[in-house]
Amino acid sequence: MAQKNRLATGGRINRNRQLTFKFGDNVYSGFEGDTLASALLANGVNIVGRSFKYRRPRGIVAAGADEPNAILQMGASEATQTPNVRATQQELFSGLQCRPTNGWPNEQFDLMSYIGKVGGRMMPPGFYYKTFMYPASMWETYESYIRKAAGLGRSPTENDADSYDHVNRHADVLVVGAGPAGLAAALAAGRAGARVILADEQSELGGSLLHSDDTINGEPATDWLASVIAELSALDNVLLLSRATVNGYHDHNFLTIHERRTDHLADRAETGKVRQRMHRVRAGWVVLATGAHERPLVYGNNDLPGCMLASAVSVYIKRYGVIPGQRLVLMTTNDFAYQTAIDWHRAGREVAALVDARRNPRGERVAQVEKMGIRVIRGSAVIDVLGGKRVAAAQVAAIDEQGERVVGAVEAIRCDTVASSGGWSPAIHLSCHTGSKPEWREDILGFVPGKTVQRQLLAGGITGSYGLQDCLEQGYQAGALAAQKAGFNAVKPASFSIPCVKEQSAMPLFHVPHTLPTSRAPKQFVDPQNDVTAAGIELATREGFESIEHVKRYTAMGFGTDQGKLGNINGMAIAAKSLKQSIPQTGTTIFRPNYTPVTFGAIAGRHCGELFEPKRFSAMHAWHVKHGALFEDVGQWKRPWYFPKPGESMQRAVNRECLATRESVGILDASTLGKIDIQGKDAREFIGRIYSNAWAKLAVGKCRYGLMCGEDGMVFDDGVTACLGENHFVMTTTTGGAAGVLEWLELYHQTEWPELEVFFNTVTDHWATLTISGPNSRNLLAELTDDIDLDREAFKYMDWRQGTVAGVPARVFRISFTGELSFEINVQANYGLYVWEKLFEQGEKYHLTPYGTETMHVLRAEKGFIIAGQDTDGSAHPCDLNMGWAVAAKKPFSFVGKRGMQREDCVRENRKQLVGLKTRQPEVVIPEGSQAVKDPDQPKPMEMLGHITSSYYSANLGRSIAMGYIKNGINRMGETVCYPQADGTVIEAEICSYIFFDPQGERQNV
Amino acid sequence: MLYIYCPHCEEHREEEEFHYGGQAHVARPKDPDACTDAEWADYLYFRKNTRGWHHELWVHAAGCRKFFNITRDTVSYEIKETYKIGEQPAISE
Repeated sequence: MAQKNRLATGGRINRNRQLTFKFGDNVYSGFEGDTLASALLANGVNIVGRSFKYRRPRGIVAAGADEPNAILQMGASEATQTPNVRATQQELFSGLQCRPTNGWPNEQFDLMSYIGKVGGRMMPPGFYYKTFMYPASMWETYESYIRKAAGLGRSPTENDADSYDHVNRHADVLVVGAGPAGLAAALAAGRAGARVILADEQSELGGSLLHSDDTINGEPATDWLASVIAELSALDNVLLLSRATVNGYHDHNFLTIHERRTDHLADRAETGKVRQRMHRVRAGWVVLATGAHERPLVYGNNDLPGCMLASAVSVYIKRYGVIPGQRLVLMTTNDFAYQTAIDWHRAGREVAALVDARRNPRGERVAQVEKMGIRVIRGSAVIDVLGGKRVAAAQVAAIDEQGERVVGAVEAIRCDTVASSGGWSPAIHLSCHTGSKPEWREDILGFVPGKTVQRQLLAGGITGSYGLQDCLEQGYQAGALAAQKAGFNAVKPASFSIPCVKEQSAMPLFHVPHTLPTSRAPKQFVDPQNDVTAAGIELATREGFESIEHVKRYTAMGFGTDQGKLGNINGMAIAAKSLKQSIPQTGTTIFRPNYTPVTFGAIAGRHCGELFEPKRFSAMHAWHVKHGALFEDVGQWKRPWYFPKPGESMQRAVNRECLATRESVGILDASTLGKIDIQGKDAREFIGRIYSNAWAKLAVGKCRYGLMCGEDGMVFDDGVTACLGENHFVMTTTTGGAAGVLEWLELYHQTEWPELEVFFNTVTDHWATLTISGPNSRNLLAELTDDIDLDREAFKYMDWRQGTVAGVPARVFRISFTGELSFEINVQANYGLYVWEKLFEQGEKYHLTPYGTETMHVLRAEKGFIIAGQDTDGSAHPCDLNMGWAVAAKKPFSFVGKRGMQREDCVRENRKQLVGLKTRQPEVVIPEGSQAVKDPDQPKPMEMLGHITSSYYSANLGRSIAMGYIKNGINRMGETVCYPQADGTVIEAEICSYIFFDPQGERQNV
Repeated sequence: MLYIYCPHCEEHREEEEFHYGGQAHVARPKDPDACTDAEWADYLYFRKNTRGWHHELWVHAAGCRKFFNITRDTVSYEIKETYKIGEQPAISE
């Protein structure tokens, strides 16, 4: 198809490389150097999508990040689908495929638009809330349809096929924006020797210089640009990043730069290449040279395709050699936009009229335009436009000096493009991210950054200075100053000479009046992406929304993916006027990260799939894998869950493992338990202050179980600590609690008791722990050691011994988490697998059975041993757990938790207490988390008595067992409670001791 | 993400290396058993909700494992000073 709007010459495009692409189901062509938007305009594509709420046809408005309408769904395959890509920022490549975001059945003909037309007046802000409010129970039904009708883009249903990554960077000076001000800043800072990063969102550095007719120091601006880029590129201390959007400005000069490295080349990145990269930059100083966005004017039907920003029209003509129409009507409040009429005229097409809202414009460009024979209509405005799917005519009328009323007759002027300019709004987004409050400046009719809160300087358009000379000078000074503040020498000042065009001041006009009142006039869009109109904002203020933040939320103004770059200032001004207050009184909403949408891929970087989180493996992991273990995540650890034989279900495998352990001997890899080495002459005293029980008399060679409580008295960890020497202990913690416990110990030592001489170190990874448990465990161990006396009297329960196991130096602890005779063999981790295999060599005759965490849980529950974090939740103190025996209230030092557990609430009656529960039907296992009630038929809300924390089927007991909390449970043994289930059934259970098996503890003492 | 100077390591490191420990200078009562429930609750649960300079405890968890204090503005997040346990801050509020 011919590119009917492509000019014969001009633009920074490569006409020798023609590229074909697909928009919807149509194939078009463009040139290398085009954006998707410029290529669509070149092909005369008017409608690029349908609007969010009313489904009105929409065309391209802008040429950059501020584009509200050309928000496309990109991707040639399901895996490469990317929603909400701005066509104005997507470079064209051969084979590009995209679709409009909204529009059903398609963007040319949208059924929903009829609802928009018929119901348009009936869909004010809050329409959905007001209409679908009743009955409340139906809201979820309504909502799913409303969401389907709204929505912007869709996410892919397949995994992203590309790679993304993060790079950490440090810079002395980070310059944001490579327009004239940013380039000058980078030049100065670079010349001073500072490490500089210059980042710009566009494909080429240069900003407005890329479509400028200006000269700098007598040479064309583009030549100056080329020489500056050459100089910067030659500096080793300067990093130039194009296609790189500084999307967030965070605390302490931490900024993130979203760089699109291959999005301009193909649908997918080449193998081995990274598609997008997030640069995480810690900058000494930041120079914001982000420029400004042009404000459109708000008039009737201003969303019709063909209505564009004046500056965008110039950009398409001069940078891309594309003229977006045949006949132009330009409406302006300022001199600057006259340039667009000049550019259109020079491109050889007709300017039907230039409509200036000011009564008596006298700037230099006015004369220039009139000399070209262009009709200038003064003191007037385009009050609305006519047309169906493209502008057909502009309705022009005289307005009063304040821009509040139409005062003359309406003249329809035939045209297909209406370009408008209401002045410029500084791009203050990044400054807002830092928490700096914007300030209104009446002289430039815009918000500028207020008091800076970080080490940050400003230059160029963001300060409200739009002249090229000012931008270059401010930029150079800011760059030099930033480098100096970062510790570099001053650079020689640079001078810039630019021929100056005399401009006259602009007229404030944020809402073009109409012959009809706003509520009756054709829709005047303020935020086209979210279909917010001037009438909608006025309605919001009439309904009582006074804060601009509330107006924003009620109307959805600025909530689109464009964050209201185009419409926010107009919207605030309209709200201010409607509230009869000034713009500074009304204030502005605050922009938040991200400046433009960032893909999840770039946010995740390499932190996905296998690299999402570190994995920790014990020394015996390979053996477990080889022997068919299934694994469970415990913190970062991969722990064997159970070891099924071929075809065996989980329950059957766990039953087998449980029985084998109690009948002969089982083995558990317990290496993941946290282990903290504690040394120093005050180690014993310290442990006594931290644990709730007594430690003063624990002899060398002995172990003791301890409960660790917070200052509120609540249990948060437990474990066995062994006395290795008079001043040397090793403490075990829960697998998940290891790091937290170490920090807890350090906290008390460093901040409360620094006078104690004690040192802590983690040794979790240094040791492999092989736990053999069961009546044959002593026989098995005897096969592998000859230097440890295993006699039951010589090596008692809760003793530990140093010796060798399978010839490897070992610490053997005779402690038990199963209630069986049990030995925990600790060897240096790199011998773990060797000793494990030796145990299996000797273990064959005892049917040594490996078991995982599930069997461990069942066996310990049979004995009523708690798991901190499963049977505790931070609201149970030791007596609630019926473990008052572990509290040594008489210790001289008031240990951590003692005072807490004596508080009034902790000693009251009727606290929830941990008990055992046996179901009436022995085969029924109560689901963990089930809530207990006395009578399931009582009226709601029922009295909740407690809940189940652990629940299993015990093969050894031939029935289910459970642990759980019951109010005053310890005194309610034998009572029956009920556990109503979601399916309506009720499980009855009897309260009992949580020690279900071997209550006298005889088996571990054999 | 904050950029924190560790007074023990004597250099700036990224916030990722640190853990926050709550309000600083909350001393454990010398004789807990002599505290009333109200006094103990005050120690346990009551903290300032400062708008402005706030003294807070941090630990260089992935570094030297040492605790220290920071004076930070809760509005701007500016860090005025960091100092070791036992030292006094230069600004009091």
